[in-house]
Amino acid sequence: MSWTPADPMVSIKDVHKSFGDLKVLNGVSLDVMKGDVICIIGPSGSGKSTLIRCVNALNDIQQGSILVEGQEVNDPNLDKLELRKKVGMVFQQYNLFPHKTALQNVMMAPVRVLKQDKAKAEAKARALLERVRLKDKENAYPGELSGGQQQRVAIARSLAMNPDVILFDEVTAALDPETVGEVLQTIKDLAEDGMTCILVTHEMAFAQEVADHIYFTDRGVIVEHGPPETFFKKAKDPRTKEFLSQIL
Amino acid sequence: MGTRHENSGVWLMTYKTDLPVMLPVTPRSPEPFAGFKPKHIVIIAALVILGPSLAFAQVGAPILTPFAVLLDWMPLLLEGFIFNLVISVSAMALGTAVGAMLGLGQISLLRVTRGTSWFVTQFFRNAPWLVLLFFAMFLLPFEIKIFGLVVPLPDWFKAILGLSLPVMANVSEIVRGAVKSLPSGQWEAAESLAYSRQQTLWLIILPQCVKRMLPPWMNLYSILTMATVLASIVGVSEVMTLTAQALAAEGGRPELLAPFYGFVLLLFFAYCYPIARFTVWLEKKFAVIN
Repeated sequence: MSWTPADPMVSIKDVHKSFGDLKVLNGVSLDVMKGDVICIIGPSGSGKSTLIRCVNALNDIQQGSILVEGQEVNDPNLDKLELRKKVGMVFQQYNLFPHKTALQNVMMAPVRVLKQDKAKAEAKARALLERVRLKDKENAYPGELSGGQQQRVAIARSLAMNPDVILFDEVTAALDPETVGEVLQTIKDLAEDGMTCILVTHEMAFAQEVADHIYFTDRGVIVEHGPPETFFKKAKDPRTKEFLSQIL
Repeated sequence: MGTRHENSGVWLMTYKTDLPVMLPVTPRSPEPFAGFKPKHIVIIAALVILGPSLAFAQVGAPILTPFAVLLDWMPLLLEGFIFNLVISVSAMALGTAVGAMLGLGQISLLRVTRGTSWFVTQFFRNAPWLVLLFFAMFLLPFEIKIFGLVVPLPDWFKAILGLSLPVMANVSEIVRGAVKSLPSGQWEAAESLAYSRQQTLWLIILPQCVKRMLPPWMNLYSILTMATVLASIVGVSEVMTLTAQALAAEGGRPELLAPFYGFVLLLFFAYCYPIARFTVWLEKKFAVIN
């Protein structure tokens, strides 16, 4: 059975994952449709980051199934490189390559990995940097940019690979409060353009504003989920209520 | 009144004081050779080389002064020193090339490669240089036959091989350490952009490592240069061997010892000191960038 756009773009089913004796994911299931923006929230150590790192095979899983456009990720013969061409990722610590300029950071993977024509890739990289409002920082090295600017370059770098879905792993957690807004705005623009996004975040107001669906995880399971309007106002589970009361 | 130090449990006093002696001591950053100026080298050189000559002149002996004797031998000694440099550069080049591969072997995903590289590195890193040199000298044949062609293996060539072994092991550790010192986020970012492991290593990781590897690598070169005199023990005609021969030719006059060996010391100092300074400068520069 081949995958069609009507099927979930990412389908996670009963995923179990442990680091040694520590069980991190304990049977997690969720579906993400094309164009969806989903936010995963929950207390620290609840397995949110691990879950999305499993989607692009940065972490492997012990049990269950993760399908990305119908391709099984939990498969020893998985072509990880092919999977990662479809799944972009932005990290909490930006992880830009410090020895390359912003422009080189963005255009390097398309040229080296996708074997795109250099001039074309460069033009596209410039357009992407303009899209994240960093046109004047093309030749700056990461060390010369603020946290918010670096994170926007990281988003542009991920977009340059033309992914079908992007994973955002607490991308504003390391930022100064005054630069959080510019990064969130960039993600919001992406969401409005129809990009499929899976976000792990602590920005509740943002989640409420952009997410189509919210998942609350605790101790390796999804405790409760729903569209933001019902999730934030009519949470049923006591654990969700407690968590929301602590942060809202 | 104070806070308890996290690890040691010692109470740290944080009250205010007007007495300077009560303030915590901040040691000055160690500045190697602080206050040491080129003119000092000249003074030391003059003392070492001219000192015995002056003393000798006061005796009023009719034979040549030690300085004049040294002057006669200087071209030969310099030639010997250049040979030391040739040995050091060759052993460094060879050791770096093989050591870099060994270092990459140590981070290989293949268990066998990783284990073997680790063992070879540890073995040669924990072996005395002189013993390795003896092994190379006496275990390698004096000539080898390649396709019926007899290729002689001269002593100096064996010395290069022998000295390149510890260099190789140390370079291997420098490479492994530099790669491991990069944040894992660099690997993850590259992986998530679908770079292959090879591409990640050559395009992302190693270019960043060069900066980190350069200072320890240059230190190693300095140490190697100074260790090339070990080759004199196994009979290579480098500067120490030639110095000993020159002294013997002069009839073993004791007043010649200080100027001759002083001259050799100065040669090494003049060569290695700038390298040490440059390394310190590089370390500072990279520390600022990182």
